[in-house]
Amino acid sequence: MEFEITLLVMACVFGLFMAWGIGANDVANAMGTSVGSGAITIKQAVIIAAVFEFAGAFLAGGQVTKTIRKGIVDAELLSGTPELLVYGMLAALLAAGIWLLVASRFGWPVSTTHTIVGAIVGFAAVGIGFEAVKWGKVGSIVASWVVSPALAGIISYWLFRSVQKLILNTSKPFENAKKYVPFYIFLTGFIIALVTMFKGLKHVGLETSIVQNYSMAFIVGIIIMFIGIKYIRKLKIDPNADKDFHFANVEKVFAVLMVFTACAMAFAHGSNDVANAIGPVAAVVSIVQSGGEIGQKSALPIWILILGGGGIVLGLLMYGRRVIATIGKNITELTPSRGFAATLAAATTVVIASGTGLPISTTHTLVGAVLGVGLARGIGALNLNVVRTIFLSWVVTLPAGALMAILFFFTFKGIFSG
Amino acid sequence: MARTTISSLFGNSPVKPLQKHMASVQECIVELVPFFEHVLEQDWKAAKAQQKKIAKLEGAADKLKRNLRLNLPKSLFMPMSRRDLLEVLTMQDKIANKAKDIAGLITGRKMEFPETVNDRLIEFVKRAIDASMQAQKAINELDELVETGFGGREVKLVQSMIKELDAIESDNDKIEVKIRASLFKIENDLPPVQVMFLYRVIDWIGELADLSQRVGSRLELLLAR
Repeated sequence: MEFEITLLVMACVFGLFMAWGIGANDVANAMGTSVGSGAITIKQAVIIAAVFEFAGAFLAGGQVTKTIRKGIVDAELLSGTPELLVYGMLAALLAAGIWLLVASRFGWPVSTTHTIVGAIVGFAAVGIGFEAVKWGKVGSIVASWVVSPALAGIISYWLFRSVQKLILNTSKPFENAKKYVPFYIFLTGFIIALVTMFKGLKHVGLETSIVQNYSMAFIVGIIIMFIGIKYIRKLKIDPNADKDFHFANVEKVFAVLMVFTACAMAFAHGSNDVANAIGPVAAVVSIVQSGGEIGQKSALPIWILILGGGGIVLGLLMYGRRVIATIGKNITELTPSRGFAATLAAATTVVIASGTGLPISTTHTLVGAVLGVGLARGIGALNLNVVRTIFLSWVVTLPAGALMAILFFFTFKGIFSG
Repeated sequence: MARTTISSLFGNSPVKPLQKHMASVQECIVELVPFFEHVLEQDWKAAKAQQKKIAKLEGAADKLKRNLRLNLPKSLFMPMSRRDLLEVLTMQDKIANKAKDIAGLITGRKMEFPETVNDRLIEFVKRAIDASMQAQKAINELDELVETGFGGREVKLVQSMIKELDAIESDNDKIEVKIRASLFKIENDLPPVQVMFLYRVIDWIGELADLSQRVGSRLELLLAR
């Protein structure tokens, strides 16, 4: 293979660009609900996002990266011409990056995930051959795009209903909040830890049994719960705050919970979306480094993860904090009790998808989760137009990503193989 | 780039604007008390100024009403029915309209009230204002209702407020009956046209409380979905 260094550098630059775009735009959607509910400041959001996005990508992102690398394209067909896969992955990265740039310019609710998957399917089906695409896997990915927002909506609906029943609709909401919120904190820690234990720690070199997984997740949940209890105890109750709005103090307890779910959300987002950006990079790197061999079982190089995490943090710092601030201002109707239900539901759904290796859209999942709270009559006003534009963006994004990827694929092929 | 997917998902909640509108209506109708005091003293300069103030406050409420209506597109998904919400708004606005009509009619005709009616008139007006204050109290619970997802204790609390509102309204009715009775006794001694308009003003003040009660009953419809 020729041009190895050039291809490697291109892959890194495109991957960094994608990660930067996710950090600038996508993270804001994931963290905006937490900032908007007033539970955390923008500065805290940036720090939480930086730490937990990275942790999520590192600990639980492996499965999704694998799907993007090997799950969509049948690499066996390409064992003779590995360079085609390299061009294709580069084309997919570039197509997705450009499409996202265009979309965010116009404010379309497109998803990184959909674009990348569309692009990979596009170059594989046209550039290599229709049979090169693992259509069964693609089918299940597309199905998960519909299922994930619905699932998040159902979870958030029931989460919020339980909050209504246990806390808000009781005669002593504040006391009950103090009593039950630690349990929700435990749940947050437990779910995230469990999925991470099941799926994430293998490539770090830890093999664990099912019992070990559950008990470890349980311990993590308990530890996080006690940290939460400590903070709840420190809360100062302001009796005057309840005059205008009777639940002001109750919401303070939920704000503590919201900090934890914000961490979970950042973790979940990192585990799924970072993987999208670096999956193609990983594919290119492994082919180039092994001198053109496809399908060998090389582990994901750590530096690629750092590249992805670093790109996200960079985008977040340069651009994302502004977007987070805007979102925060726009969604003040979202109180911590709702924000938590929506975020935890979305984070749970995304982390489960990450564990199964399904690349889904965090933003769309979160939209589903927010609608779930709305269905429980919990939000003043939701704009249903967004749901329509999301459906529209699905219809447009896949062909757009695919077309651009095909275009770039043949361009690269012309340049490097010509 | 100002609006991302998540931020455009959240519409402007109508709850706060509705409460603001009610507050503005309330601000308008409490001015009826000083107005009637001036009228009873036959201080037309002060009454005229007060009437202008009422008209101005009614205009302010109108503006809020229009803004809220314009910001309530059909694509909005709300925890309450859009139609019921708009009905509550209309009822609220009618209170301010009625207050303006009352002040306008009295000032325009420089109406005089007979002694026997005088005594109870201020009490009558104050009771009508009590009713709208109670309606406002119930409307102010709307954000708590959304917070609890229209369930449990909060609904009961609002229902008890509406009950209280009904009681105030029927109290107001009783005063109205008494005033009418005392006017009836002397109506033959007064110029017929004046009597006609006296009855009309009494009617309208009674309607103030009626409208407040209807704000309450619309709110009740909003609860029951």
